[in-house]
Amino acid sequence: MNYFPDEVLEHVFDFLTSHRDRNAVSLVCSLWYRVERFSRQRVFIGNCYAISPEKLITRFPGLKSLTLKGKPHFADFNLVPYDWGGYVQPWIEALAKSRIGLEELRLKRMVVSDDSLELLSRSFANFKTLVLVSCEGFTTDGLAAIAANCRFLRELDLQENEIDDHSGHWLSCFPDSCTSLTSLNFACLKGEINLASLERLVARSPNLRSLRLNRAVPLETLQKILMRAPLLVDLGTGSYVHDPDSETYNKLKTTILKCKSIRNLSGFLEVAPRCLPAIFPICLNLTSLNLSYAAGIHGSELIKLIRHCAKLQRLWILDCIGDKGLEVVASTCNELQELRVFPSDPFGVGHDAVTENGLVAISIGCPKLHSLLYFCQQMTNAALITVARNCPNFIRFRLCILDPTRPDPVTMKPLDDGFGAIVQSCKLLRRLSLSGLLTDQVFLYIGMYAEQLEMLSVAFAGDSDKGMLYVLNGCKKLRKLEIRDCPFGNMALLSDVGKYETMRSLWMSSCEVTLWGCKTLAKVMPRLNVEIINEHDQMEICAEDGQRVEKMYLYRTLVGPRKDAPEFVWNL
Amino acid sequence: MEKGGLGLEITELRLGLPGSCGPSLVDKNDKKRVFSEIAEDKNSTTDEKSTQTKSQVVGWPPVCSYRKRNSFQEKDHLKKESKMYVKVSMDGAPFLRKIDLNMHKGYSDLALALEELFDCFGISEALKDADNSEQVPIYEDKDGDWMLVGDVPWEMFIESCKRLRIMKRSEAAKGFGLQLKGFPKGFIKDVTK
Repeated sequence: MNYFPDEVLEHVFDFLTSHRDRNAVSLVCSLWYRVERFSRQRVFIGNCYAISPEKLITRFPGLKSLTLKGKPHFADFNLVPYDWGGYVQPWIEALAKSRIGLEELRLKRMVVSDDSLELLSRSFANFKTLVLVSCEGFTTDGLAAIAANCRFLRELDLQENEIDDHSGHWLSCFPDSCTSLTSLNFACLKGEINLASLERLVARSPNLRSLRLNRAVPLETLQKILMRAPLLVDLGTGSYVHDPDSETYNKLKTTILKCKSIRNLSGFLEVAPRCLPAIFPICLNLTSLNLSYAAGIHGSELIKLIRHCAKLQRLWILDCIGDKGLEVVASTCNELQELRVFPSDPFGVGHDAVTENGLVAISIGCPKLHSLLYFCQQMTNAALITVARNCPNFIRFRLCILDPTRPDPVTMKPLDDGFGAIVQSCKLLRRLSLSGLLTDQVFLYIGMYAEQLEMLSVAFAGDSDKGMLYVLNGCKKLRKLEIRDCPFGNMALLSDVGKYETMRSLWMSSCEVTLWGCKTLAKVMPRLNVEIINEHDQMEICAEDGQRVEKMYLYRTLVGPRKDAPEFVWNL
Repeated sequence: MEKGGLGLEITELRLGLPGSCGPSLVDKNDKKRVFSEIAEDKNSTTDEKSTQTKSQVVGWPPVCSYRKRNSFQEKDHLKKESKMYVKVSMDGAPFLRKIDLNMHKGYSDLALALEELFDCFGISEALKDADNSEQVPIYEDKDGDWMLVGDVPWEMFIESCKRLRIMKRSEAAKGFGLQLKGFPKGFIKDVTK
């Protein structure tokens, strides 16, 4: 390969689409490193504190598309305080100052301010794609800046963000000359929307293929929009409520028949179940259906709907569908690859909730299943063993028993053997979340069999340090480990300090690790940031080394302790 | 209240000289903190027998907070949209004020708002270190008991708070004498008579 000019190498590298492949290629020799870095356009940074924007810009001057993740995963569950960090501003500032022609920015769990959005919108003439997932800190004013200033905007995708809604004028900020939109998702906005602006925007966007509306968009407007955009592939309805005997509803029924391209359906944030029949005709074409926010659809209506969806590959649903409903899914949706069943009432008695029976039925009817997130009342070892045998292709397996230390209700034993069967059978498993009564034994199984495991989430499990040791020693590909309320302490933490440099991050909260353990680790491993999150400030008064640490988050980094840590975060 | 292995002893309040932490904060025998213990702790002061409050441990079940706020039971959603005004009194201030709890994201946010409202400072400090601050923020819960602000997760707090009071430390000491080791529920009722 040394005889080829750089352009040929570059052309070959163009065929490498995955980040890992390109990363691997850059390690071969300095020539390949150089060619790779100048030709790289897409960069993924899984932890925004692992590297600095300046280093990124220096290494990849041709950068066009950047993905950044900020807060640790457990921030989703309120375990990380509000102003922990993860600010995108320094990144945008650095990129704006440089000559990088940024076109795409995708952020997850980051703090984004209106100023950041304003700066972003003004700094990159060719900016096309903004995707914000689980971010916070901005308002619709920031969105207005994006709409007004990004002349070639194609995608504005807002997923599950906390946005301060100053009401719907931002939509009107898209200039009349903006006709390039292909994807618009504002389902998470809580406020009112200028409906006329929305209709006009859709009318002048001939390439629009993905549109997800918020609650404020009524059924009448949905009908008008669908008239203008019959080529939509991905639709998220807003409020889906009307009188099924009305003319509007009948118009909708006719209009939907023209929308033969819809493959993804979501929304139904407010829903009148009697209006659901209007969508039955397009259900046969659906490959993805997300009803997990449709609290107004009850079990029997869900079942009626599902019976029409034979080609479904992805289904997100609430547990009010029940085991019976999952049996219908199993018999109807034989192509199913991904299933998520969310709790409709996490604090309630949950008579509607699903059990191990629903999951077993799914495993029988859906052999292609590879991704599962399942909130349930109970689980048995026998069921897990059956599921493992029926579905050996799991890549992601996340089980959440609502009472997290519940044993197998039939045998009253821990669920070690059940999860053991899963890891033994599913050789491609990359992500695993455990729950139920679990001893050190389950970790022994994981260490022995889960060779491809990259991410493990553990809560209220294990008996001793041995549990954590089995995982650290056995799972060679482990990248992210997050643990809460387990009896793992300093011995486990310090047994293989080098391991953490092979991982992205480790989270441990409410475990047995002490301040001494964390300090020791930090001293020995300068390329790790070991952060203690200390909300109650008692540690300042009496920071004894023997004191247990409430929350520890450590991650590898090339740039040392971060300078934006708030008072309650200690970097050791 | 149990002192299990959750590290909650860090949040336990004591009056004492800085630097003295007292005897072992860690109960070394209590290795594994079982979920039901944690749930019971949070409920030990309520006499509701409901399984409803059983699972109210921070971050469990692991449903992301956006989903929690936006998908459960239509009626819950409506409640979130509405205002949650509660009266706030401060010792020494002639007038009571009202504050909308739903407008705030968390305790530190609330503390700042209260400081602005009464044009004082010290409430944020009080939340972090109740021992040494001049003001003690307390609230009346659904049962009519006066509780110290900051113990329970924010969502639980705004559900149960009926009114707020910013009490001067001197008032607290008066009704009870000076040797306080924590704020058991009962005493505050006496003080606020």
